[in-house]
Amino acid sequence: MWAFIHKLGSPKWFYAISSRLLPWFWTTAVLLIGVGTVWGLAFAPADYQQGNSYRIIYVHVPAAFLAQSIFVSMAVAGLIFMVWKIKIADMAAAMMAPLGAAMTFVGLFSGAVWGVPTWGTWWMWDARLTSMLILFFLYIGVIALRGAFSSRHSASRAASVLAMVGVINIPIIKYSVDWWYTLHQPSSFSMTSRPSMPADMWLPLLIMVLGFYCFFVAVTLMRMRSEILRRESNKRWVRELAGELS
Amino acid sequence: MRGTEAPMVEEEGARVSRGEPRGGLVVALRATLKRDLILLLRRRSELMNPLVFFALVITLFPIGISPDPVLLATIAPGLLWVAALLAALLSLDSLFRGDFEDGSLEQLLLSPQPLPALVLAKVAVHWLMTGLPLALMAPVLGLMLSLPAGSYGVLALSLAVGTASLSLIGAIGAALTVGLSRGGVLLSLLVLPLYIPVLIFGAGAVKATIMGDGVTAHLAILGALLAVALMLAPWAIAASLRISING
Repeated sequence: MWAFIHKLGSPKWFYAISSRLLPWFWTTAVLLIGVGTVWGLAFAPADYQQGNSYRIIYVHVPAAFLAQSIFVSMAVAGLIFMVWKIKIADMAAAMMAPLGAAMTFVGLFSGAVWGVPTWGTWWMWDARLTSMLILFFLYIGVIALRGAFSSRHSASRAASVLAMVGVINIPIIKYSVDWWYTLHQPSSFSMTSRPSMPADMWLPLLIMVLGFYCFFVAVTLMRMRSEILRRESNKRWVRELAGELS
Repeated sequence: MRGTEAPMVEEEGARVSRGEPRGGLVVALRATLKRDLILLLRRRSELMNPLVFFALVITLFPIGISPDPVLLATIAPGLLWVAALLAALLSLDSLFRGDFEDGSLEQLLLSPQPLPALVLAKVAVHWLMTGLPLALMAPVLGLMLSLPAGSYGVLALSLAVGTASLSLIGAIGAALTVGLSRGGVLLSLLVLPLYIPVLIFGAGAVKATIMGDGVTAHLAILGALLAVALMLAPWAIAASLRISING
């Protein structure tokens, strides 16, 4: 087990192991998202209050889940990089950040689109939307900080520290925004307090969430593989792979 | 300015009489505090800038929105807090910049004393010279925005406690961007999202006073945020400074 983890830390081994894992993650992701989409959009019953507009939940909720999980995994990767100096962890953090920002944007956008039929407006300073917006800014901060350094080593360490500071702050921000919102808007439409969903509704949602996670792992692995080739481009095994050395 | 490696074998009296900073965290802290205070007091215009900025931004709002006292009174707590927050942010970029450019930041990093403690002293001076004056000035500007009577004390107190957290959180961003030539805009991008909880409870405290609700809960949470920031931020600032210097 330990040997496996040590192997994962080496770019060469990671490249080999990930090439075997990648097809599995892609297949699972495509299957789950395909099944979830068809089930959720075509077969799940319509909501008695919102009609068919609620079906945006099958994109909105998985994206929101991923947006938060990716930030946490980015901070964990940053911690691993700072403590054990494992390069792979930093590559993972660097490759996850744009995907996390994209997922946050998808969550925000689908939330805004969902707002039109439910609230009658594109944007409300709803607690969830507001904390998602702040999360989006945190992602942009991490990406911008990484881009601002000319030395890759400093950039990686600075981005790791910022991701860790951010992940400590996310729950604080989330609870203070919730508190702020309840103070200003005592009653409004809430997703948590409505009657529990029937299984026909939440099963496709669960499948979509799992599918999105597989998609995230697959995309991250794929991006990490190209990042490994880019960063290790002068190593012997990469040049052999590219056919430069016979 | 920094303690030497000599072990503390001398008696307190002998050390004080010679007036030399020798060993010991307390001496190093006192020296850092004194040095930063003197440096800031000799650049008075830099001290005034956040205060003038605060006053100017507050002047813009009645001009831009409406001079109606009733309307102004309702938005005054938020306006004052946002403007003070931006003024504190404005002064952050210079927190480590001067020391970085003249090389004394490297000496601070080389010192045998724990860096988080020394950094805490620098942040304390920053708060003393920006946060506290902003808090003291806020009631005057509140008067101009016709903030309801009785909330002035809470406004100053919430700003005094809140800006201490702002200085601590902001110093992390300042330390991360000190090595970058154009760190200013990036600094605000990094720091502003982290300021939101302080803003919520700071402005909330003033609003609660106006509405006649209990204010202790808000102030207690502001204090709790400060306690968390005091506990964690010095380590993050120290780590960030090491990244900026060694990179």
